[in-house]
Amino acid sequence: MSEEQPDTSASAGAYWKKNIRLLITLMSIWFIVSFGFGILLRDFLDQFMIGGFPLGFWFAQQGSIYVFVVLIFYYAWKMKKIERQFDLDD
Amino acid sequence: MSTQNLIYLFVGISFALYIGIAIWTRAGSTKEFYVAGGGVHPIVNGMATAADWMSAASFISMAGLIAFMGYDGSVYLMGWTGGYVMLALLLAPYLRKFGQFTVPDFIGTRYYSKVARTVAVICLIFISFTYIAGQMRGVGIVFSRFLDVSVELGVIIGMCIVFVYAVLGGMKGITYTQVAQYCVLIFAYMVPAFFISMLVTGNPIPQLGLGSTVNDGSGMYVLQKLDSSLQAMGFAEYTSSSKSMIDVFCITAALMIGTAGLPHVIVRFFTVPKASDARRSAGWALIFIALLYTTAPAVAAFARLNFNDTVNQTAYSEAPGWFTNWEKNNLIAFQDKNGDGVMQVASGDAFAGSPEYTGETGQNGERLLANAPNDESANEVYVDRDIMVLANPEIANLPGWVIALVAAGGLAAALSTAAGLLLVISTAVSHDLLKSTFKPNISEKGELLAARVAATCAIVVAGILGIYPPGWVAQVVAFAFGLAAASLFPAIFMGIFSKTMNKEGAIAGMVTGLGFTFLYIAYFKLWNPAANNADNWLFGISPEGIGVIGMVLNFIVAIVVMKMTAPAPAEIGRLVESIRVPRGAGDAHAH
Repeated sequence: MSEEQPDTSASAGAYWKKNIRLLITLMSIWFIVSFGFGILLRDFLDQFMIGGFPLGFWFAQQGSIYVFVVLIFYYAWKMKKIERQFDLDD
Repeated sequence: MSTQNLIYLFVGISFALYIGIAIWTRAGSTKEFYVAGGGVHPIVNGMATAADWMSAASFISMAGLIAFMGYDGSVYLMGWTGGYVMLALLLAPYLRKFGQFTVPDFIGTRYYSKVARTVAVICLIFISFTYIAGQMRGVGIVFSRFLDVSVELGVIIGMCIVFVYAVLGGMKGITYTQVAQYCVLIFAYMVPAFFISMLVTGNPIPQLGLGSTVNDGSGMYVLQKLDSSLQAMGFAEYTSSSKSMIDVFCITAALMIGTAGLPHVIVRFFTVPKASDARRSAGWALIFIALLYTTAPAVAAFARLNFNDTVNQTAYSEAPGWFTNWEKNNLIAFQDKNGDGVMQVASGDAFAGSPEYTGETGQNGERLLANAPNDESANEVYVDRDIMVLANPEIANLPGWVIALVAAGGLAAALSTAAGLLLVISTAVSHDLLKSTFKPNISEKGELLAARVAATCAIVVAGILGIYPPGWVAQVVAFAFGLAAASLFPAIFMGIFSKTMNKEGAIAGMVTGLGFTFLYIAYFKLWNPAANNADNWLFGISPEGIGVIGMVLNFIVAIVVMKMTAPAPAEIGRLVESIRVPRGAGDAHAH
């Protein structure tokens, strides 16, 4: 492992805090679209239709998967930005 | 050219392609053998991960399962995709930054313990062998259905192909072969799906077709029509659920977390150049996977609708061509219980078990069965779920080359997953057990040879499991995901997100999670299958979903034990700090 420079450890700490905050936001969305909309709130959402899909059913079999893809790319993009800001990118 | 010859041609060309790639990308060092040299482009790795991930079960069986489970099939769709979000956000970039070859490498180093490493190796080998037995069987089944050879010969041919490119090429060979396999399998899956969607709804995009109206002038939506036709036949509505909410929740969670903890998936992210590439690569992997996973529910609904329309209340003598074709292959059976020559489809099994044909034919030409009819159900038709994908090209009246393509696609799906699993098994033996635990001063050349010998042994064992599948194989697929969720995932997660987690905590957690989940699944699946119903389950959670509880136990035990034992040494804190920042992944890898 490469040795950490002492002066980078403060920015590494701030970087990690930002990362955790972003992770909590994105993992919450991940939970809401799949477990929330697709399972727990499905019966309620099924009264709405998008096209021929009951909404809860759509989230369970289509929508959640699309959101997953967006979440990963957003995270990759946002992290790169944060890493440049703290000069920690690879 | 006849369809049979086309199948030989397509499968032959695809095999030649895989072997050609393997020879061209031979591995010359352990680094190439284990992680393809660590320089794979993120999109290429994403494609290889998708092929690695999507097994024969995803390709052949999943749509059929969903067709008969309806909404409940969502557990597979969300469960087997949502795990990639966890991988990309919680595990992959840090493991890449850590920069060694295997999952036990990480656990052994982070928890400064050979015991922890060995426990991780045991989890890994158990998970991977459970998984691979099913893949080899899948190879054999595709061979026997499409190529007119016995399942046994099919498995042996499959073993030889995998042997060539996994043992020669290692991770490097596997990566580029998997890219080719992904292209073959996704093309083979999408072409019939487009045509079926066009046929049923007039919209060629299956994802949109599923939300469109049926092309029969009724103006009804696909799901609406499916619900009403199933209800009329005495089934539950397609969009309704027959499982309890807590069970659906836990199965989905166990599959997601299990996905994130599967060693053969994690190890793919060791092959990209940088930590940030690991994130992007997981995104690409999920795009490539989502293409199939959002198509599958559409194929499922169309196939079920088509099945109801063309089979139910149809005289056997007028049965569609695919029905009689697949009856010849033992995948479908008609037992004319009321002797009217007309096929009635209803809820319940037509008879117990799989069809045993007597070898004689009935008055309408149907193959007669030795099975005792199930008098409690009016259902007269037995369908193997796999038929929903296999018969698609014929249902849509597609030409012979599409059928040949589906055969090549099914084989690509099974072989690519089998190869990825074989690689992590052989790596665990040669690197984690031999090099890191028992014989640390083995030479680079010796380790590479050991890796190849281990891969060869693993292929032979997997092949034997495929030819003589122990009865429990199909029963314990839940093992792989549940055990990964309950053992490896928490250990890796805490290793990254906690600086203080120590070896005592991690080992106690892994052993508890593994032990609890193993015993729960084994009790209901092997020792006392009669008790396997919701009344006896803990909190109403089926063995498929129990990995979540195992994971929670793992976390609790790990934290309690950590509080009672010596803290992790200071250099471990520094190690964790260094894997948390992406800078320097290249250096970390070079040591």
